[in-house]
Amino acid sequence: MSIWESFKIALNALRTNLMRAILTTLGIVIGVASVIILVSVGNGATHEVDKQINSLGTSMLVIFAGSSRVMGRSAGANTDIPLSEGDLVAVRDKVAGVSAIAGQLSDSAAVVNGSANWITQVSGIHAEYNQVRDWPVESGRELNAADIRSAGRVALIGQTVAKELFAGDSPLGAAVRIKNVPFEIVGVLSRKGQSSMGRDQDDTVLIPMTTARNRVVGKSGVQNDQVGNLYAKIDSSSDIAQAQEEIESVLRQRRRSGANAEDSFSVRNLAEMMRARTEVLSTLSYLLAATSAISLIVGGIGIMNIMLVSVTERTREIGLRMAVGGRRRDILTQFLVEAVTLCLLGGLIGSALGVVIAAAIAYAADWPVSVSPDVLIMSMTAAAATGIIFGYFPARRAALLNPIDALRSE
Amino acid sequence: MTRSLSQEANTGATAPLLRAVNLTKTYAMGEETVRALDGVSLTITSGEYVAIMGPSGSGKSTMMNLIGALDVPTSGELFIDNRNIATLDSDELADLRNRQIGFVFQQFNLLARTSALQQVMLPLSYAAVPPADAEKVARARLEQLGLGDRLQHHPRQLSGGQQQRVAIARALANNPKILLADEPTGALDSKTSVEIMRLFTDLNRQGITVILVTHEAEIAAWARRRIVFRDGRVIEDAVQSPVWDAGAAVAGALP
Repeated sequence: MSIWESFKIALNALRTNLMRAILTTLGIVIGVASVIILVSVGNGATHEVDKQINSLGTSMLVIFAGSSRVMGRSAGANTDIPLSEGDLVAVRDKVAGVSAIAGQLSDSAAVVNGSANWITQVSGIHAEYNQVRDWPVESGRELNAADIRSAGRVALIGQTVAKELFAGDSPLGAAVRIKNVPFEIVGVLSRKGQSSMGRDQDDTVLIPMTTARNRVVGKSGVQNDQVGNLYAKIDSSSDIAQAQEEIESVLRQRRRSGANAEDSFSVRNLAEMMRARTEVLSTLSYLLAATSAISLIVGGIGIMNIMLVSVTERTREIGLRMAVGGRRRDILTQFLVEAVTLCLLGGLIGSALGVVIAAAIAYAADWPVSVSPDVLIMSMTAAAATGIIFGYFPARRAALLNPIDALRSE
Repeated sequence: MTRSLSQEANTGATAPLLRAVNLTKTYAMGEETVRALDGVSLTITSGEYVAIMGPSGSGKSTMMNLIGALDVPTSGELFIDNRNIATLDSDELADLRNRQIGFVFQQFNLLARTSALQQVMLPLSYAAVPPADAEKVARARLEQLGLGDRLQHHPRQLSGGQQQRVAIARALANNPKILLADEPTGALDSKTSVEIMRLFTDLNRQGITVILVTHEAEIAAWARRRIVFRDGRVIEDAVQSPVWDAGAAVAGALP
């Protein structure tokens, strides 16, 4: 008897007890559906993070100023030195791999356009900022070295600010007031999206570093050459880790830190850190998927249970099949095929359910979801394997029945 | 063929289809050992029409299980079509049942929610006959038994007599040498019983060996040879004149 014939017999047997078949396979349905949902949501999140890594700017190092703290205490005197223009020049000139470098000195401020008012992040930058961040303007021009030198009152605005203050009108050439200082908008930045922290990067205004220092970033104790954080773009041909070490060594020399002293700055490879976080995230999502695979085991036990019931109910049929020439392996195959069919049925329903729910999550939560065919194939295979593993014992019991006893059973 | 028992009716030219030599079968029933068969020797040749009789516990059912290759003897030899079933493994026994023996049961033993055609195709598919050919053969068998218009009917949609005829068509599917019927009319009314017995008689005339296992004398009366069991032994083995051959008066009395 061919597998195909066994399959038809199995379908017939399942149809006669349709309700029972569906209830039995519910464990498989839930298992497969949750595996698909979790993996798809996890994959989607990973893609999203990849997108954010790309939005950071590839091969970029960020240098943060500030005292490093140990157990909440400042780790020593003179560790609170901000980064300065001198630091910028030193890094640019002494570290071989740095192809562009820019500071970003930020503060929060209200930006006013006529009666419209929007509180956003205002950052002073250097001319190479757009290049370092891989963040070109969509319209208008970037800030240039002349703007920086002359402390020009010019600004670039992000997409969110443009939307909030100009609501569809072209902002180019318009004048806005930031802390009562008038600025001319010379460019609108292209869309950047969310940062890894979930902050809207398009909610920003960029102005020349010099202007920011003099007029906008009004922190007490702002030194006249401080530059906030430094963003350094590393040549694609250079080793980013080596560049990181060189930057650290240059800054240590400038600050005359002792070999064992705590640094008063930190150099970070944000993309690297984010990638590490993504790995944790995707590991977590696979771990969750594995947990939900446990429900496949529970479902498998349900299958085994119902197959044992089925073997008992159909003992006479098994006897008859043996009497007319069914061999033990024919009986074994028949019941195995039936168990596998049951599980595949559950797998199909579960896959459909999983895809629908994943799509619903994507729609409702605006959360990226991607269902890959790999996951579907994987979960169907797992369902079939469940059928074979948990169907084997009942099928074997059927195959080993004594034909006489089986025929005589009621 | 050194020993040839009870071959009165046949010439030596016919080879024995079934030969039992000193067969015993014992069962363990708790502490006790039950001797269901106690040294049975008999020979059935091809084309015979045999009734095996005896009260319950006489050993006739055990004998039927052995003849049907459903079981193997504790000792002694049983040759079916020249093969000693004691030496066969489970697959070979299944194959023997599939090709040489057609079973007919008291309760028909048809599969629920399965069409007559599918029922008859079952032994063919176990014989690895391709489905298209199997369907052709099954259709022919059912038509031969007057069920040509019932091919797609399920057991529930058929009368008892029709169900038993489907079962007989199934038994004949692989063209077996032996038709082994266990109380084939036990679940039928007397009129239908006669129809079924006529069918067996016709089939025997066409050459198939028919073995009826029954405790009813009326049914046994249809056979040409009667073997009676008691306490695990053959106590009577005689050729008889069957009812349908007993003269015009009796024949005329039959419907």
